[in-house]
Amino acid sequence: MASGIKDKVAILGMGCSRFGERWDCGTEQLLNEAFGEALKDAGIERKQIEAAWFGSALDKANVGNSAIPLSTALRLEGIPVSRVENMCATGTEALRGAVYAVASGAVDIALAIGAEKLKDTGYGGLPVNSKGTFNDLWMPYGSAPAGFAQLAAGYRAKYGVSKEDLKTAIGRVSWKSHQNGAKNPKAHLQKAVEMETILKAPIIAEPLGVFDCCGVSDGAACAILTTPAIARSLGKKDLVTVKALALSVSSGREQSTSQWDGSYVMNTRNAAKAAYKEAGISDPQAQLSMLEVHDCFSITELVTMEDLGVSKDGEAWKDVMNGKFDADGRIPCQIDGGLKCFGHPIGASGLRMVYEHYLQLTGRAGPRQLGNPTLGLSHNLGGVPYNGVCGISIVGLQGV
Amino acid sequence: MQTTSGLKSFGAFIPRRRLQRAAIAAAHAWAFPGLKGQAKGERAMCGWDEDVITMAVEAGRDCLRGSDASRIAGLTLASTTAPYADMNNAVFVGTALRLSSSAGGADVGGSTRAGLSALIAACRAAGEQDSLVIAADKRSARPGSVQEMQTGCGAGAVSVGQGAGVIARFLDAETVSVPFIDHFRKAGADFDYGWEERWIRDEGIARIVPQAVSRLLKRLNLSGERVAHFGLSGGPAKSDAAVAKALKLAPERVLPDLSVNVGDTGTAHPLLLLVSALERAQPGDIIVIAAFAQGCEVIAFEMQQAASDTGRRGLAGSIAQRIEETAYLKLLSYEGQLDLDWGMRAETDHKTALTQLYRSADQIFGFVGGQCSACQQVQFPRLPTCVNCGESDTQKPYPLVDEPARVATYTADWLQYSPSPPLYMGLVQFDCGARLLMEMVDVGAAGIEVGTPLTMSFRKKERDKLRGWDRYFWKASPINPNPSASPSN
Repeated sequence: MASGIKDKVAILGMGCSRFGERWDCGTEQLLNEAFGEALKDAGIERKQIEAAWFGSALDKANVGNSAIPLSTALRLEGIPVSRVENMCATGTEALRGAVYAVASGAVDIALAIGAEKLKDTGYGGLPVNSKGTFNDLWMPYGSAPAGFAQLAAGYRAKYGVSKEDLKTAIGRVSWKSHQNGAKNPKAHLQKAVEMETILKAPIIAEPLGVFDCCGVSDGAACAILTTPAIARSLGKKDLVTVKALALSVSSGREQSTSQWDGSYVMNTRNAAKAAYKEAGISDPQAQLSMLEVHDCFSITELVTMEDLGVSKDGEAWKDVMNGKFDADGRIPCQIDGGLKCFGHPIGASGLRMVYEHYLQLTGRAGPRQLGNPTLGLSHNLGGVPYNGVCGISIVGLQGV
Repeated sequence: MQTTSGLKSFGAFIPRRRLQRAAIAAAHAWAFPGLKGQAKGERAMCGWDEDVITMAVEAGRDCLRGSDASRIAGLTLASTTAPYADMNNAVFVGTALRLSSSAGGADVGGSTRAGLSALIAACRAAGEQDSLVIAADKRSARPGSVQEMQTGCGAGAVSVGQGAGVIARFLDAETVSVPFIDHFRKAGADFDYGWEERWIRDEGIARIVPQAVSRLLKRLNLSGERVAHFGLSGGPAKSDAAVAKALKLAPERVLPDLSVNVGDTGTAHPLLLLVSALERAQPGDIIVIAAFAQGCEVIAFEMQQAASDTGRRGLAGSIAQRIEETAYLKLLSYEGQLDLDWGMRAETDHKTALTQLYRSADQIFGFVGGQCSACQQVQFPRLPTCVNCGESDTQKPYPLVDEPARVATYTADWLQYSPSPPLYMGLVQFDCGARLLMEMVDVGAAGIEVGTPLTMSFRKKERDKLRGWDRYFWKASPINPNPSASPSN
């Protein structure tokens, strides 16, 4: 029986570029910005990296396909470098590749890095891409917010929540993230916003308004992974280790059968179950110190609280209103501002979530530092609620 | 004994959007205040995703409802506005109607009388196997023209055959072919060029049509009084009444000309008038329909029996299913006469792999999904392995077009480019178990909600402006887009 990943791999160093509208630089600079920070944090030389995984989702708006753009940008010579892509969960895929490489014993030190340059498209939001020659013939092209907005219809229908109550609750989700983002100097959006502004914003995809949607950003994030033994031999103390890595991908059941009611994300539930098992978590609400979830849209974050088991089904909208996930709440969520305010450079996002947990666990989160966190869960979604990908990474202090 | 041949079924389709003529007149009042005199009633207007192919499919479905489409021997599609000049539009329509691949498919056109010409030809050639005649037009007119107020769009369909199922017996037909040019449109031109209405009415219709009808009635040994339903297409307003007067037909025998609520549907018009007659005729009634254009075609039927109740929408039902439209600029934008700035999101390339289209033709045109023979799950798309039980190569074709369905999830997307924002989309749940993400169209003022009953309609999905190819697929629309409104007729 598989023994799982728990505590087999430690984070040696991490880096994250400033996210936002980085008119000043290209993907190559973003990659170097994140990598330079991580290398310094790890205290190693570039040549000590033995393998690398590069996450980039939208090759056309970025640096093209393959891993070559990464090996060129970071001048990684003669080592295996792979490019991974799994929609908005791409960053987590890069982490999985590097973590598993270390855990397998194939390499001692591996790099996971992701970057996206979304502000070179010329417009806001994500570009529309072909879904393949067959799907293009029948599947409607909806925007990303339209995919997730449907959760609101499903959630309201299942739990009998009024349009007004749900709109206020999802607005409260974004309000909280703006409060947090205001304390993050690397965030794309660093401004607190009033509830009234959020609720009155123009509609993007009913019922989601502008403030229910995350920022689409430029940025890069990376992690250098090794074994706990090597980390200690390099002088690291208070190690942050990987507790679980889970991934769930739709097989079509949600969008092609009546077995999904539209009020939750099946992939999140599948991945959470696997991750909790691997990490030995039996009571997520009590054991998890903090959450970084895929708040691409406010409604996504709301249902994710139920999918992760930190709210009861049908209760998340009330928990949100009661401040349960605020910075001073029972389980702080999106303490770095989340996708909503830190931003969402797709290939980087899954790694950026882990970066925040790493800062918090090592006591380096500055004005947004939480008190003695031990375990953080990152939740990274790709695709749409009824046909997508969910990656969950749990990291924590070694020994927890 | 001679076998009875004639019409066995009929169907109709009028696009749901009805543009108020007052809105057109108001938009042009600064330049053409005289249009106010035409500003009565409403005209049917195609959505950006509707054209001759989609309307023909809808009328054909209505006609074939409750019958076995695979038994149709051939389809003739009559239109002056079919989207493709070289590509058999009728075969395209027939595939969406799931006709047999051995059925014939022929496009005819060249004149707005082509619909009636095709029907006459089909009636004369009626054989043991039924054939289908569909006429459809999406008529464009220059902004500010009288034609813009008068034209409409729609499709009529009839099946023609022999034997006990005939509901209206074909009696005979008459043709006059003369170079009377009331209007024309050169190949490739956008709009018709028309001559003075008074000349058309007095020198054209008044002289040509009564003579042709009289000749036909005389040959049939019928007096004008026997004609219970008379319809004329192709003429200015009230020309039908003038012809009826010349033929000494009582005014109430003239079928409504559809000008007040649909507009002139060109090639489709004689078939729609025929459908209107079939909806009201009693056994024994004589129906005479004439189409004026470069002379005229006239056809006569004798009603045999009421059509069986297949739940068809018909013309009356099509007229009643309306969404009132007052935004005139929508017409211009849909027709491509107004080039709005849709932004960079509209720049996406929509190249279609014709190889893939042919491989999946029954799924895309016919909306045929699969049913797993192992677990019975109905599914779309039909892939090699069952979405529910994981068994491979167990999929049997399962048509979804007429299956009851409801909204499972939805949203109105204002971000994604659509020529008609917002783009309504969501998961559509069929009662048979199938579910898929679909675009939702013809959403009325009442909107949609989880559970809203839906019906399927064949539409354009995307336009490939670079190559001139349109993708077609099925979209869902509320069965009743306007629950609170009373039907109009």
